[in-house]
Amino acid sequence: MALLSKKDTSLILDPLADNNPITIQVLGICSALAITAELKASIVMAISVLFVMGLGNVVIALMRNVIPSKIRIIVQLIVVASLVIIVDQVLKAFAYELSKTLSVFVGLIITNCIIMGRFEAFALGNGPYRSFLDGVGNAAGYGVILIIVGFFRELLGSGTLLGIPVLGDPIAKTGLYSIGYENNGFMLLSPMALIVVGIIIWVQRSRNRALIEEN
Amino acid sequence: MLEHIELFFKSIFIDNMVFATFLGMCSYLAVSKKVTTAVGLGAAVIFVLAVTVPLNWLLDQYLLQDGALAWLGPEYADYNLSFLSFILFIATIATMVQLVEIVVEKFSPALYNSLGIFLPLIAVNCAILGGSLFMQSREIATLGLAFNYGLASGIGWFLAILAIAAIREKIRYSNVPPPLRGLGITFIITGLMAIGFMSFGGMLTGGGSEDNVTDAKVAKEEEKKEPAKEEELEENAVSFNQAINK
Repeated sequence: MALLSKKDTSLILDPLADNNPITIQVLGICSALAITAELKASIVMAISVLFVMGLGNVVIALMRNVIPSKIRIIVQLIVVASLVIIVDQVLKAFAYELSKTLSVFVGLIITNCIIMGRFEAFALGNGPYRSFLDGVGNAAGYGVILIIVGFFRELLGSGTLLGIPVLGDPIAKTGLYSIGYENNGFMLLSPMALIVVGIIIWVQRSRNRALIEEN
Repeated sequence: MLEHIELFFKSIFIDNMVFATFLGMCSYLAVSKKVTTAVGLGAAVIFVLAVTVPLNWLLDQYLLQDGALAWLGPEYADYNLSFLSFILFIATIATMVQLVEIVVEKFSPALYNSLGIFLPLIAVNCAILGGSLFMQSREIATLGLAFNYGLASGIGWFLAILAIAAIREKIRYSNVPPPLRGLGITFIITGLMAIGFMSFGGMLTGGGSEDNVTDAKVAKEEEKKEPAKEEELEENAVSFNQAINK
């Protein structure tokens, strides 16, 4: 027997494209945009969300039969908050500089709508294993968009990837800069994140016209 | 008094929750299809922020900060509970939102019906938790300033959602390319509005003159509060303005 049945595979793969949490479900945009000026920060954020969502979904799925439905939001918040505290402490201990860059946005994983949305929509009604797959899939879909946005913003904005110059040296005028290329500093400012995501949505929807909205 | 006015305008325009830090984007995108619902949600956000930020300020000052427990006695003076701040802040917020929901349901059933599912979602609105976390990381000094900060941030969020809702009502009559309809065009409009709001960046720096006294003060404060990123933003905004002026 295969490790993943066909249904389980679609749990992981659907959120990557046609049911992407950011571009289709419109969830989790809050923390997604502000930290994407650098690729490294985007990757760390994606991994943190993957950890919180995978584990959080399992915990909620295990407790789903004992949570009274009236106070479920508070229970969910407490579970996420505890997991986020772990992430925050680990980041502070092992990657202090990065945790300064991410500043309050690590804490804002708690109110990331993807997490609450998946708890409500999936983990409360499914077993722990499938919930885990669903959590990993959605977090990966979120991470993919984050990494795409981070890639373009860092490449066009500062000419580096993960801090390594890839387009040559802007001061010594080597590489691309020798023919008059300039970094677009505007890409580093927050409004460009919105516009880059807008363009990603545009590309995705023109490739798959079933996703087009009425208005 | 001056610092109150400065913080007030800074929180509404320069550090606008939606355009500068992207807080509360989920409800901002989901509830902005009609102006009336947008106004209702915006008012709820102003109220909840104005209540929770001062409350969380008190928690932070007398419970969580390094050495905050000194009022219990000298043996508690070196406790640092700040790692608990996420969980305590979110608990305060969830309780307050529940309270607001009960009050709104009692006094304004029409508003309650139109907000529907989104009222409980204020609890998980990043703007609310973000307000408290920024209050903590910017080291707001007094309770009055914390209230001011919460209120002004709420007003900034309200303005943003009101503006986008009005634009979206009008854009229904325009011929947008099909793949951009709905979400895509909203993202791009928000981006353009954010660029517009960046021009407020020069407001407190005296139009970018480097030797200005307030400029130096603001720059110093920025350095203290939010290390690299915020400062870079401000600086870029100023140089952008200069470029336009030229």
